Amino acid sequence: MFDLTGKRALVTGASGGIGRAIAQKLADCGAEVALSGTRVEKLEEVASAISGKTHIVPCNLSDLEAVDKLIPSAIEAMGGLDILVNNAGITRDNIFMRMKDSEWDDVIAVNLTAAFRLSRAAVKTMMKQRAGRIIGITSVVGVTGNPGQGNYAASKAGLIGMSKAIAQEVASRGITVNTIAPGFIASAMTDELNDKQRDTILSTIPTGRLGSADEVAASAVFLASDEAAYVTGQTIHVNGGMAMI
Amino acid sequence: MSDVSDRVRKIVVEHLNVEADKVTEKASFIDDLGADSLDQVELVMAFEEEFSVEIPDDAAENIQTFGDAVSFLEKAVN
Ligand SMILES: NC(=O)c1ccc[n+]([C@@H]2O[C@H](COP(=O)([O-])OP(=O)(O)OC[C@H]3O[C@@H](n4cnc5c(N)ncnc54)[C@H](OP(=O)(O)O)[C@@H]3O)[C@@H](O)[C@H]2O)c1
Repeated sequence: MFDLTGKRALVTGASGGIGRAIAQKLADCGAEVALSGTRVEKLEEVASAISGKTHIVPCNLSDLEAVDKLIPSAIEAMGGLDILVNNAGITRDNIFMRMKDSEWDDVIAVNLTAAFRLSRAAVKTMMKQRAGRIIGITSVVGVTGNPGQGNYAASKAGLIGMSKAIAQEVASRGITVNTIAPGFIASAMTDELNDKQRDTILSTIPTGRLGSADEVAASAVFLASDEAAYVTGQTIHVNGGMAMI
Repeated sequence: MSDVSDRVRKIVVEHLNVEADKVTEKASFIDDLGADSLDQVELVMAFEEEFSVEIPDDAAENIQTFGDAVSFLEKAVN
């Protein structure tokens, strides 16, 4: 489909369901991929399933000092950086009145502050290259809200706003900044839903099924491609029609 | 004309696409040479690369004119 030969990508959260699919698809299209996460064994497993060139760059995104080292180590491993995918994300759900400061802080740190620091470092390199792609994995919840997810919704809406601001600053330098907002994607978490919960969710999705990580990854490959050069500051919604925005 | 100022001028001319004789001591990158704020950041990055020095953000903010850049870099490389 899209040719990413010669492009160098860093994917955070590559040990998780969606990140793994994104890393795999970028590699399938020819990109060299640096895989990040905290579970090194899992990253190794992901790397071994990819036939292209991969690197493992572990990083705990709630540790800001470690965050600042991630882009330099990816650049050192690959000799440059063309595509950054800020995919890692966590939830710490609680109803708003009971939400603990730590639940708020943890989610903002990983989902938003780490994405800010990584994007800032990446833009520097991409400006020099006069080309680059920054892709953030946000969520439908960042646009619609969701009870119990005040912290998560704020972090995901923040990612969208930040991406639009960066997109305007760097558009003239050949860098695009976009987000992908998945709806309900089949994952280890959704496997645990009982039938009733599943039916309730499915009743809100016009396509009548959960999405797959591969369907999210397809949008990432598009946004990473040269063909998407005129798409910037946008959010691609991959949600089976559950919210039409 | 010092070696440093020649090298700085070359970067400015190439980056901002301006005539070399416009790049005078007092010429402001933004007001006289048509740079925007992003160009200014890029010029600083280009200076860092050319002279293998680190220019901290607060110093970078004070580099508004060609003369500012030359005097900063002359000190930094010596
Ligand atoms: N699944 C969905 O339905 C859905 C819907 C909308 C949006 N999303 C978003 O899609 C993204 C990926 O989600 P997923 O479903 O693939 O979740 P997942 O399987 O739980 O993966 C989460 C990833 O984030 C990484 N991560 C979490 N905390 C980290 C930390 N402190 N430092 C470094 N890495 C950390 C994990 O790495 P380690 O485990 O190695 O630490 C893991 O690779 C997230 O941003 C999520 O918000 C998912």
